[in-house]
Amino acid sequence: MENRKGFSLNISKGHNFIPIERKRTIESCLLLVNRMLLKQKDNLCFGILALVIVAIPMFVESKYYFIVLNVIGLNTIVVVGLNLLIGFAGQISLGHAAFYGLGSYFSGILTVNYGFPMWPAMLVGMLATGAVAYLIGYPSLKLRGHYLVMATLGFGIIINILMGELEQFTGGHDGLMGIPPLTIGGLAFDNDLKNFYLIWSFVFFFMLAARNLLNSRVGRALRAIHGSEVAANSLGINTADYKVKVFVLSAMFASVSGSLYAHYITFISPSSYDFYYSIQVVTMVIVGGMGSLWGSLFGAGILTFISEALHIAEQYHIIAYGIFLCLVLVFLPEGIVVGIYNFFLKIKTRKAIIK
Amino acid sequence: MDFSQQIAQYIITGLTIGAIYAIVAMGFNIIHNATGIVNFAQCEFISLGGMFMYSLAVLFKVNLIIAFFISMAGVALIGALIEMGPIRHARSKEIIILIFLTIGLSEILRGAAQEVWGTDNVGVPAFSGEAPIHLPGGAAIVPQHLWIFAITVMVMLMLRYFFKKTLMGKAMRATAVNRRAAALAGISVNRMVLFSFAFSGALGAVAGMIIAPISSTSYDTGIMLGLKGFAAAILGGYGNFAGAILGGIILGILESLGAGLISSQYKDAIAFFVLLLVLFLKPTGIMGYGESERV
Repeated sequence: MENRKGFSLNISKGHNFIPIERKRTIESCLLLVNRMLLKQKDNLCFGILALVIVAIPMFVESKYYFIVLNVIGLNTIVVVGLNLLIGFAGQISLGHAAFYGLGSYFSGILTVNYGFPMWPAMLVGMLATGAVAYLIGYPSLKLRGHYLVMATLGFGIIINILMGELEQFTGGHDGLMGIPPLTIGGLAFDNDLKNFYLIWSFVFFFMLAARNLLNSRVGRALRAIHGSEVAANSLGINTADYKVKVFVLSAMFASVSGSLYAHYITFISPSSYDFYYSIQVVTMVIVGGMGSLWGSLFGAGILTFISEALHIAEQYHIIAYGIFLCLVLVFLPEGIVVGIYNFFLKIKTRKAIIK
Repeated sequence: MDFSQQIAQYIITGLTIGAIYAIVAMGFNIIHNATGIVNFAQCEFISLGGMFMYSLAVLFKVNLIIAFFISMAGVALIGALIEMGPIRHARSKEIIILIFLTIGLSEILRGAAQEVWGTDNVGVPAFSGEAPIHLPGGAAIVPQHLWIFAITVMVMLMLRYFFKKTLMGKAMRATAVNRRAAALAGISVNRMVLFSFAFSGALGAVAGMIIAPISSTSYDTGIMLGLKGFAAAILGGYGNFAGAILGGIILGILESLGAGLISSQYKDAIAFFVLLLVLFLKPTGIMGYGESERV
């Protein structure tokens, strides 16, 4: 929308005023960042990501860091999905904890209580979550306004209560224990390292899927909606329909991530899926930058890391989160990465003009 | 107690809690009309109202009436500061950004409240005694319930007078209808937005203070009350004042009946389930008519 427009304008200005021979390294770095973040043609980035994923375990030794990295991966999947909704459909969901939780509980209950095989249970969870999301999204996305916020918020609270109260299925507030680790063939993902590879290959796959989606016809429609809903509508794009679809998709992303979480931690309880988790993932989307795929990875990474670091000072947790969120929103509403990039570009342009 | 008496009792409780929701919903509506955003910091206004009241009335032994007005003014000031600071100076005025900003602000306020008052539940004395009054039907009512009704009705009447009769109220309504036209007519839109935040701060504080003697209060009581107030606002039709009252009362009664007749653990789930049902059947709310599109 506004951001994007302002952004491209800045870039063209920069090119006009800065002679090519004066290009310094920082600028070429920034251009690379720009290409990475906005052009959506980023095979190089995916290559780097794959390399990093393969290489990281060589440098990490402590079990604790593996857990943090795995949680970052799980959050990234949710955030990438949620970013499609917030960044492109311009709608807010405060109920993604519920979709995440539905995935976890479907996997947990079906495998522990009913002896389902694990991968089909995950698929069932994903489809069921998608169906539920459709039921919620269909009526509330037909209208302009903040109806989806309320619907998802209410739904999140209902699901959280049900998780605690339906004890015969969910194990109540004490949680559900003994969820088996995932297996492929004879390989069981039963330690942190194996789960690291499993979770991050899912992250890689989902990010690739999101990138390809955004480059397809559907993605172009979504970006048109992002630019102007009315204009998109007048060009024959069924905006309500696309919004519902992207909402369902983002719920499915969250559900898969939830299933992975359940099989990784092997224990789930309602407190992991409360209102705060929904707010956390939303914060990650914003800090990373709305509508930015790589920003999602960045946002999930930095905020998971910060909240882990802040565990020492438990009581300042909420306040620090709030201050961080507010600072980013007031000063860098495009998200940290794109925001800082724009800031540099502005200074550069100003200098060039003065000269 | 026979069944009808029980029902009567539930309805009285429901009306009380519904009155609280209605006040909170009003706060949401006022800010929505002025700015088009959902102000999630409203939840914190409620907690702060209750905790200010507790500090003044219990810790500093200030007269209840004086404490009431000081707390109200205090929270109104916080509301105004929120608008003058982050909301006004946000570099992007997109609605979605501002909504997230209110979520962040509410986290800051909640964290600060936790630092100041700790996490304990505290009680506030009832405004006038606790001896229940027996009604002819057999149901009983504590004086605080009467206070809640009286204050709610008074607040509603005052709001009505303010918005219909005073110049500033009319200016605020004009701003709600069309900001640009209002500005062209010489209304300072910024000031109207500022007042709307102060007002909804005061309303939140009132809700928090009058409920505090019935259910104890703590740094985070406002979350559930606030979210249900938001639900009431949507239920009645977002932005619609009569709808807010209706939505609040319906939600309160349903919740109370659900808690009494079905199960108290599911009381919040029932309230939100009804809300989802209404959204499903009539998404604009009972008295709403949707938002018109402006290009």
